Amino acid sequence: MNVLQTHIGALKLERPGIVASGIMDETGDSMARMFGLGAGAAVTKSIGSERREGHRNPSFIEIPYGYVNAMGLPNPGIEGFEEEMRTAAKAGTVIGSIFGSSAKEFSELAVRMEAYGASAVELNLSCPHAKGYGIEMGTDTNTVRSIVSSVKDSVKIPVYAKLTPNTHLLTEIGKAVQDAGGDGIVAINTLKAMVIAPEVAMPVLSNKFGGLSGPAVKPVGVRAIYDLRASLDIPLIGVGGICGWRDAAEYIMAGASAFQVGSALGKDINVFKKINSGLERFMKEFGYSSIKKMVGAAHE
Amino acid sequence: MNDIVRIASCRKESHDTKTFGFVMKGNAKAGQFVMVWIPGVDEIPMSLSSTGDTKCITVKAIGDATKALHGLRVNDVIGIRGPYGNGFSLKKNQRVLAVGGGVGISALMPAIRAHGADVIIGARNKAEVIMEPEVRKYSNNVRISTDDGSCGFKGNAVELTKEVISANSYDLVIGCGPEIMLYHLHKACVDSGIECQLSLERFMKCGAGLCGSCVMDGMRVCEDGPVFGGRQITKLKEFGRIRLDPAGAKVKL
Repeated sequence: MNVLQTHIGALKLERPGIVASGIMDETGDSMARMFGLGAGAAVTKSIGSERREGHRNPSFIEIPYGYVNAMGLPNPGIEGFEEEMRTAAKAGTVIGSIFGSSAKEFSELAVRMEAYGASAVELNLSCPHAKGYGIEMGTDTNTVRSIVSSVKDSVKIPVYAKLTPNTHLLTEIGKAVQDAGGDGIVAINTLKAMVIAPEVAMPVLSNKFGGLSGPAVKPVGVRAIYDLRASLDIPLIGVGGICGWRDAAEYIMAGASAFQVGSALGKDINVFKKINSGLERFMKEFGYSSIKKMVGAAHE
Repeated sequence: MNDIVRIASCRKESHDTKTFGFVMKGNAKAGQFVMVWIPGVDEIPMSLSSTGDTKCITVKAIGDATKALHGLRVNDVIGIRGPYGNGFSLKKNQRVLAVGGGVGISALMPAIRAHGADVIIGARNKAEVIMEPEVRKYSNNVRISTDDGSCGFKGNAVELTKEVISANSYDLVIGCGPEIMLYHLHKACVDSGIECQLSLERFMKCGAGLCGSCVMDGMRVCEDGPVFGGRQITKLKEFGRIRLDPAGAKVKL
């Protein structure tokens, strides 16, 4: 009996940890490597219709307890990503992350991802640093409803929406996803942030602002999942600052059926293995016979 | 971590190459690199050519960012992130041959200083040979190759390496230079059964093991490298053949 097995609605994972979008998921080989290192699934880099080089460097900076990045959605375009998807899907469960500027574009991308072998799609409705995409559409309930419902009509695989914490309307947007038939919610994306270098009197990132990730955002993410669980019925996937099994357990107890890890992989490529063994030890010691029994435990 | 530093020294190495010194917090290992921010221009990965209290980068002016760096003077301000990557791993008493192609010799300098080594400096012509006097301070056996024969051995650095390793006995070859050179250097080491550690290069965004823009067969050049061992390199199907462009698409080298 594998106590770490979890179900995100219809999608079964043997391990609850998923590689977050944008980390070690630019090529099929890097995703395959992560499956071998204990990840239950991998979300691809966000893929759009056309090739994009993203923002000029600096696109990344370290701060105590986290990172601020503005990669700017670099990606080879959906057509250029086919081979990587097929390589990755052969090796494990792949969730295709996509971004677009309209419901139609999202749907077309989702259809391609399904054809390439994706087990689910994750709609990036929350990138904080690419103009015209992400956060700018992901904070409007009507837009979110129309995108999710259009994608749902186009594919058979589960459809997850990745939401931004940069709004006071988080649960309303979550409800819009659920009402439109969405199969799950991924929260949170990065927090909109800026770093200035006083010596040169300018923001460090070429894009000026970016998204904060890493341990600094974990309590914000845990709170977001807790709020969403309290008002929604669809499965949740927690993400934001997870570095160890305790962080993962917090997200699960707040209401997440699975979790994603991104920033922690920079310093420790083996972090999934450590989280898996830590979670197993904890579950045994505290009498949780399955991940399902832990999901939302902090609400009782 | 990040640091904003003032350029403390600037030395001309050749007509198109300069070494900049700066004082940054923390220690660095031979073979590690830093991300260098030229405010308002770009941020690029640069190997450290000196890892002491004053750290150095040696810059050949080839693109916008490196040309902008060449325009900076002592006391100007740049941003430094890092050091990143694994660095070389040299054991005491190992007989080491260091092979540097072009500006690549600068990335080997910290290892040559700390460990000592026989050294091959490869360059297109005499004017492109850099750091020879500095290398001679730490090595009794320095050979130079130039493609046009204007200085030392006529031919490329790998041809000279083959000659040197057949006449001497080495435990390890370390190398840095253009990928085509490293590809053949790796092959020469495998053929003669000598272990090697080569410092590889790819387009980078984060430099810290996260974004995946520098991966080669799923290995991150920034975090799993930039120094890879000969056996690791043998497994890299993309080495010498394919790189990712800034959009993450595969491009033939």
